[in-house]
Amino acid sequence: MLLGPALGVSAALFTLGVFGVLLRRNAIVIFMCVELMLNAVNLTFVALAQQLGVAGQLFVLFVMAVAAAEAAVGLAIILAIFRHRGTVDLQNINLLKG
Amino acid sequence: MPISAPGALWVVPALPLLGFLVNGALALWRPTAKTAVSVVGVGVLVLACAAAVVAVAGFAGLHPAAPLVLRYWEWMPVGDLRIDFALQLDQLSAVMVLVVTGVGALIHVFSVGYMHEDAGYARYFAYLNLFVFFMLVLVLGASFPVMFVGWEGVGLCSYLLIGYWFNEQINADAGKKAFIVNRIGDVGFLIAMFLIFRATGSLDFGPVFARAAAVFTPAGATVTAVTLFLFLGCTGKSAQIPLFTWLPDAMQGPTPVSALIHAATMVTAGVYLVARCNVLFALSPLGSATVAGVGALTALFAATIALKQWDLKRVLAYSTISQLGYMFLGVGTGAYAAGIFHLVTHAFFKALLFLGSGSVIHAMHDAYHLTHAHDDAQDMRNMGGLRRYLPWTATLMWIATLAIAGIPPLSGFFSKDEILGAAFALGTAEPVWLVYWAMGMAAALLTAFYMTRLMLYTFHGPNRTGERERAHLHEAPWVMTGPLVVLGALSLAGGVLNLPELVGGKPWLEHWLEPVTALADRMRPVVELSPVVEWTLVGGAVLVAALGMVGAVRLLRPEALVAARLAPPETGLGRLLWKKWYVDEIYDAVIVRPVQWLTREVLWKTIDVRLVDGLLVNGSATTSRALGWLGSRLQTGQVGFYVALFVVGVLVVVGAALH
Repeated sequence: MLLGPALGVSAALFTLGVFGVLLRRNAIVIFMCVELMLNAVNLTFVALAQQLGVAGQLFVLFVMAVAAAEAAVGLAIILAIFRHRGTVDLQNINLLKG
Repeated sequence: MPISAPGALWVVPALPLLGFLVNGALALWRPTAKTAVSVVGVGVLVLACAAAVVAVAGFAGLHPAAPLVLRYWEWMPVGDLRIDFALQLDQLSAVMVLVVTGVGALIHVFSVGYMHEDAGYARYFAYLNLFVFFMLVLVLGASFPVMFVGWEGVGLCSYLLIGYWFNEQINADAGKKAFIVNRIGDVGFLIAMFLIFRATGSLDFGPVFARAAAVFTPAGATVTAVTLFLFLGCTGKSAQIPLFTWLPDAMQGPTPVSALIHAATMVTAGVYLVARCNVLFALSPLGSATVAGVGALTALFAATIALKQWDLKRVLAYSTISQLGYMFLGVGTGAYAAGIFHLVTHAFFKALLFLGSGSVIHAMHDAYHLTHAHDDAQDMRNMGGLRRYLPWTATLMWIATLAIAGIPPLSGFFSKDEILGAAFALGTAEPVWLVYWAMGMAAALLTAFYMTRLMLYTFHGPNRTGERERAHLHEAPWVMTGPLVVLGALSLAGGVLNLPELVGGKPWLEHWLEPVTALADRMRPVVELSPVVEWTLVGGAVLVAALGMVGAVRLLRPEALVAARLAPPETGLGRLLWKKWYVDEIYDAVIVRPVQWLTREVLWKTIDVRLVDGLLVNGSATTSRALGWLGSRLQTGQVGFYVALFVVGVLVVVGAALH
């Protein structure tokens, strides 16, 4: 019940996150889009857990824990970049250029 | 068999090896301990000689028809090929071992006196011991590869000893020349070994010779190729046309080395090889005829050059080449016993001649050294009248001269006569052998002439050494003249080893070697000459020798000579001979320079610089750099771009998975 709409919402959220990551330049926004994708996946897990058992719900807890840790590390990195270069615009961060 | 002396055969080569190790260690850490070096260096040789005598006596007591093969360890077991490190004692190697250790011991004793003032005394004896070790491996080896180890080893020692005084460029160059020229011959030896293994499936002497008659077609292409490649090896090691040019240059080494390596032992290795492979050569008439023909030609050719050399040792060097030619004429004719007989007698009288010349050079060098003169101590034009100062040397060298010239009843007469007689006997059926015989006779005439010339210019006539130097000329110490006396006795009486039946003697050596040559003897036609013809041949040979000697005495004027630095340049035919028929120059123009041009212009500048360095090494680097530059265009540094690629990639993978 309501599986189809739930998966549809989560797909829409995930696509939103992907496009955000692809198109936005601000590292903070990209970071938020990544969180969006994670939560879209969480929604899928919860929705499918109704049919496939409690393991999906359990997984959501793991994802949330990892996402929290990732948020701490990711924000710290973004802060360090800001201190170092005075901007968080990824357009200007191109040390990997070949 | 009692714990027989032949069983301990390994002692014979092991002793010189031990001497090499001890003397080598002394050369490195205690080069001034000359007494210890002398004791070890000479001692091991004397002991080896005694061990060889015991081994051979024990072997002779068994009267064996087959060789005694002693396997020590498995050396190269590879697939079908199984090579043991094995020594073999048979009648032929017994003769060689006795000559090598006997003459070697005498020359070692002589070296004690000759080299005593030299700073590298220990190094010299280390090399000399090592040489004897390898020479013994060569003659005792029971298979081609073991023999080849000795073959290469003596080449190495020859190189080391020719370039013994390597501070002078000319000596180092002479060593290199000997090594490189020998290498050409060694390739022939190797190819012959490959062919033999392919045909017979073995490299041990026993099986190879036993199967030879079954696997090789008589006079076929394979066996002829084998013999010719083997003979190519012989021409290098034994200084025959076309690879003889290294031997005269090898005279840059110390004189006892010339006596031991470049006259008595190493250079006869080729003769030994042909005699050892007598079955193969008997199967190939063309191979045998080539051996004999090249031998006869070399005998004559080298004798002509010896006519006009001024350097005492160079005359003897060309004489050695010429005498080696006789030996090859002998073994090529199928008269293996005669060839080996000449090898033995030649070892006696040529070692005597070389050691005698060493004694002369020793005296001359001392005289020039004491007066600080820089004249050539080896040039005969600086000698003359030396018999008054070196009576022993002069007398003994005269004995050797008579022996090499072929005056009866000295040793050289019997051996040379037997070779020429054998060639003549074959000539009654095939005229080409008469040509070889005639060349041998002509060479005998020249031999008598140039040896008499050497003696006249060195020991007779007025002395040309110089006023001040004359007072310092002296006979060598007994440690040097002693070996000369022994060799003199051997040169005098060496003929008794193989007296022809014609004069009522017993051809003892021929009989002794019969088990070795039996197989080959059966394959050849036997030509018996009537006693009248034989006596005529003997008379002819003696006449020719006498003619050469008398001719030299009548034609040459020792009193008209002037010292080397005042001498006018040679002209005409004399210059051609003095310049050795320009063979070195011809080789230089035809082989050395084209090869150098090829290596420099083609191999180096084109193939190496342009092709290998340019196209392959730098080319591959440039190519990968270009590819890398193309790839680096993808690396924009924009994380967004990477993520976009990543998403596209995921979509592609997911899409592919769904379909």
